[in-house]
Formats: sequence, C-alpha cells, structure tokens
Amino acid sequence: MPTPELRLKTGLAEMLKGGVIMDVTDAAQAQIAEQAGAAAVMALERVPADIRKEGGVARMASIRKIREIMQSVSIPVMAKCRIGHLVEAQILQALGVDYIDESEVLTPADEAYHVDKHAFTVPFVCGARNLGEVLRRLAEGAAMIRTKGEAGTGDVVHAVRHMRAIVREMRELTLLREEELFGRAKELAAPVELVRLVAREGRLPVPNFSAGGIATPADAALVMQLGAEAVFVGSGIFKSEDPAARARAIVRATTHYRDPQVLLEVSSELGEPMRGLDAAAIRPEEQLQTRGW
Amino acid sequence: MSLTIGILALQGDYEAHARVLARLGLMPERDSDRLFPPPPSAAQPEFVGHWRFVRSPADLAGLDGVILPGGESSTMLKFLENETFWRELGSLLQRQAVFATCAGVILLARQVGNPPQRSFAALDVAVERNAYGRQIDSSVRQGEWAPGSPDAGRPLEMVFIRAPKIADIGPKVEVLATESGLPVLVRQGRILAATFHPELGADLALHRMFLRAAAA
Repeated sequence: MPTPELRLKTGLAEMLKGGVIMDVTDAAQAQIAEQAGAAAVMALERVPADIRKEGGVARMASIRKIREIMQSVSIPVMAKCRIGHLVEAQILQALGVDYIDESEVLTPADEAYHVDKHAFTVPFVCGARNLGEVLRRLAEGAAMIRTKGEAGTGDVVHAVRHMRAIVREMRELTLLREEELFGRAKELAAPVELVRLVAREGRLPVPNFSAGGIATPADAALVMQLGAEAVFVGSGIFKSEDPAARARAIVRATTHYRDPQVLLEVSSELGEPMRGLDAAAIRPEEQLQTRGW
Repeated sequence: MSLTIGILALQGDYEAHARVLARLGLMPERDSDRLFPPPPSAAQPEFVGHWRFVRSPADLAGLDGVILPGGESSTMLKFLENETFWRELGSLLQRQAVFATCAGVILLARQVGNPPQRSFAALDVAVERNAYGRQIDSSVRQGEWAPGSPDAGRPLEMVFIRAPKIADIGPKVEVLATESGLPVLVRQGRILAATFHPELGADLALHRMFLRAAAA
C-alpha cells in the first residue's frame, strides 16, 4: 500500500476518473465548464492555441485570476506552473489550488530539472510521451500522468501516439524476466523499483489521463478507448463556436465512450470545432511536447 | 446466493470499488466492464456474484444492490437529471441495499449545502460539500466505530478527500463511526453511507457489510 501522502494525492485523481478537466481563463468560463459537467477546471492565462499564436513567455496565471476562478466553482481547480519552477509551485500551493500541472505548455524555467514534487502537499500532474517520461515524473513525485499530445492544435494524433506508446510499453514490461527489467530500466532512464512495480501490476500506480489536441466528443472517446482514464480539454472548448454545447457533448462522450449511439447523438448538432492546426506541419522546434527532460 | 451489484459509473472512482468487489470474489458481469489489467482473483472468495457498471437507466435492471462512488457529485447530476434515470434510480434506492461514499452521500442526502443542489433525499441527513476545505486539507485519519458496534475498539482508517460533512441527522439514522466527534459513517435501513473512501483503503469491512445487506 503506498504512503498516506501518495494515496491522498492519487486519491483526488481517482475522483476525477471518467471525467473532463477543462481549460478556463476566467470565472465566466469556469462556470460554463461546471454547468456542463466538468469534473475539474484548469485555470490559466491563455489557452494553448493563443500561447502558440501570440508567442512570448508563458508563465503561471495571475493570482487574481486563479483566485476568482476558485471562488466561482465548487469543483476542483488546477493551475499550471512552468517546468522546474519550484517557486511558482510553492505560490500555487500557498494559494490552495487542488492540483498543479507542471506543464510543457508554459515556457520551461529549467533546462535540466523538474520540480521535486515530493516536497509538496498539493498533488502534481505531469505530461509524458512514453513510459520513460512517465516513470521519471513518478520518481519525482507526480500523482497523475497525462499524455502531452500537441497542445493548442486541435489535432489528436500526438495524444493518440503518446497513449498508445505508454500502454504498449507497460504491456511489454509485464513479459520481461527479472534480469531483463534492469536493462529496460536503463533504457527507460527510470528507477528499477518503478519498472518492477509496473511490470508486476501491468498498470501505473497513478491515474493515466489524456491531454493535447482533443477537440471533439469523438476525440475524447477515442483516447478513452485507447486506455485514458479521463481527459483534459484545452483550447478545444472555448475556441469552438458554441463552448457550452461542446463542453456538454465532450462530458457525455467521455462517460459513454464505448456507446456509439450516445456518441452519434452528442456529435450531432454541434457548432464548428476549433479550426485547428495540422500537428505534422509544426516545425520540431515549435513543438511543445519536446519540453521536459 | 449469487449477487448482482451495480456501480454507478458516470464519473468518479467506480473502478476502485470494482477492484474491492473483485477481492471479495465478485466478477464483471459483462465483457465491457472488465478491468484492465484484470485484478488477481480473490484468494478466498467470500461472496458469489457479479458487478455491472451503471451508465444508463437500463443498467439498473435486476440489481441486488448499488454503489454510489466518490467523484464530483455535480458532474454525476448532469447525467442523473434525466427523468427516467432519476425515477428508476430513486426507486431502487428505496428498495435495495445501497453503499455510498463521499459524493455518493451528497446524492443521497435530504439536503445539500455549499452550494445547494438537487439530491435523492433517500438518506435523512443534511450535508455540506467540501466542508473540510480544499485538497491540501484532505487527510488520512483514524476514526472510531461507535460504542456498542461489533467493531468498537478496532481502528478504522479513513481517507478523506475534499470530503463533505454530515451536518445534521434524522431520527432513523444510526451513526456507525465518527471522526473528531462527527458522524462519518451512517446507516438507515439498507443504506450505508461513508463521507470517506473505504474503496481507497485496505479495510474491506464496509464493502463486506454492504454485500451482506445486499444478500439479505
């Protein structure tokens, strides 16, 4: 049984399973999200699509804004800190947010290290593209993992690639012999204890969610069918034509992800989705997912 | 007797409840409700039967008991506020064994505060949502079984996560356990309700108690 601290941290993530966590930039959007059935909201200054478009340094959101969002809803409120920015994380913990996302969507503050998340009471979620990244983040104390995908594009292909990679690499571990796990740990650049744990259990010791490019109810159901336990939707909702209707549809699609009749129903009569960006056309140096070490 | 237990799976920690039922000997009824990876089969099955994830009113047919899990009650309400679902689940709550944890207690309560929201009023308690504070105020605590209960004196580990508080209880409600003097585990007829999360702990006692009620 994990330590009480880790159980509390992963416990809140357990409560979010089967739900949708929506990016919001003000109290009005947070209320629309809650009304639509969001399980939590992520408070930020600009959604990823705008960060991509406008450029500049993307930092932790303004405290006034996060506080306003916390006061406007009864569901959990998350906020993002820059990769490695332990002081932004300390400030967010002091503010009392329910979860911190140490996120590649913001401009990294450290070129080599992530935040030591064991040093915090507030739980952290981190992005990952493969099992090695997942296990390194867990070693640092993350209590929830999400795919990185390619945020702000509305193109789900990278989230799919990352979810498939993580699930496949977990399955592969369960087939290895004890001595082979040492070699695999080296390749994954991850602690052997965590490699052994995943090999034995066949799953992560924390919830595994999906994020990055989810823009339609069908996208949400797709990543759920591939093994995600909940979804994050960033720009996909408030960059679409009718955010409230789209938010409701994505919430229903995430719960009924295996029911094509419901998926058909919620996919009908939706406004235009966010315009989106072909993720394959993004130059490697402009990708957000390569941030993180 | 072979039991069929429904676990409300609209949103929340329904899978954690299914894993506890698996440890006690129950199996998934449908292929689509299988857990990945499958939990190890129970060393000594204590109960015989199946679980089923409940996502629509049709999933309620033929259940001996239902679990209302933790999660976000406001999210679950979005699905339940469908006339048929509300009526059929409401009627089941009056007849069958029920086990509610955290958000599930909010759904059952007679009255909900902070903020007020609709509830089934199947359990005569008033609850305050998020009454202990935010996630940083969540904690694992040792509670106490009420004096006179068969388990009195035995420690009961309680995982509280953004938990609601039972602010008021009606005359038919029996308090089974307390924490810091407040009721956290209550029973009314065939309804068992905990404001904490036994499904996240190692103690199977409460799920056992629920399954016995479902079998009775």
